[in-house]
Amino acid sequence: MKHVAILQFPGTNCDLDTQYAFEKLGCTTTVVWHKERQLPLNADLVVVPGGFSYGDYLRSGAIAQFSPIMNAVIAFANSGGKVLGICNGFQILTEVGLLPGALKRNIGLHFISKFQTLKVVNNSNDFLQKCDKERVLNIPIAHADGNYYIDEEKFKVLEENEQILLRYSDEHGEPMVVNGSVTSIAGVCNQNKNVFGLMPHPERALEDILGSTDGIKMLEGLIA
Amino acid sequence: MKAIVNIFLKEGVLDPQGKAIHHALDAMNFEGVEDVRMGKQLVLKLTSDNKEDALKEVTQMAEEILANTVIEDYTIELV
Repeated sequence: MKHVAILQFPGTNCDLDTQYAFEKLGCTTTVVWHKERQLPLNADLVVVPGGFSYGDYLRSGAIAQFSPIMNAVIAFANSGGKVLGICNGFQILTEVGLLPGALKRNIGLHFISKFQTLKVVNNSNDFLQKCDKERVLNIPIAHADGNYYIDEEKFKVLEENEQILLRYSDEHGEPMVVNGSVTSIAGVCNQNKNVFGLMPHPERALEDILGSTDGIKMLEGLIA
Repeated sequence: MKAIVNIFLKEGVLDPQGKAIHHALDAMNFEGVEDVRMGKQLVLKLTSDNKEDALKEVTQMAEEILANTVIEDYTIELV
């Protein structure tokens, strides 16, 4: 049975949803307060969940990157451990430098909260290994700062190394402008493909009654 | 001594807030505006009186946390 460590900062609000999701998928979990300095020794996966850590003060994720637990997360990632950042977690992982690029204010300035179709761009990684390439998934998004930016040179590296995970798309998989992200990017991974970040919320798409079960295949990839 | 840190999105990085403000100014018939960039200003009250040391320290703060140098530039003014 896989063990998932879920970080909790002041202002995190998806910690319990994430815990529910991984327990539903058969994992054991620990919610780890940001002031801890160590991750559970049996952790197979660390999840930085969504929310508004430190009220998004300064920049989304800017303050959380210096919480005591983050040193342990960096060490875990650098030794090959799997880390997933969802929404504010994605912002934190870019701020701390575990993922390339940065997330800016949405192009229309609105907080966008809705179901969104996404295209699987690459599945040559643990996270999306159970999702077919080019497949269109339906997953909720809920963010104000999801406008992914990366300079051209680094974008080329992302593309060549198959680090682009997902793009916002229409239902046929055609890229779609949702928040102004460079080439509609919704999620990326690091070069070693053990650190993953995305703005959409797969943990909110596990049950038909809530509108979609497409999140299951995504999260299952990480605990396979 | 105070350090005034101004942080703006880099040239070439689209500034959605600046653009929205520009649109609003246009809608209000203020015609003389070519471009708007929105940033933030932090005022740090420092204990040190040594400008050289202060500049070094505040530069380090800007690089490590105050600005995200992937998308932002900053300036530091000591007064």
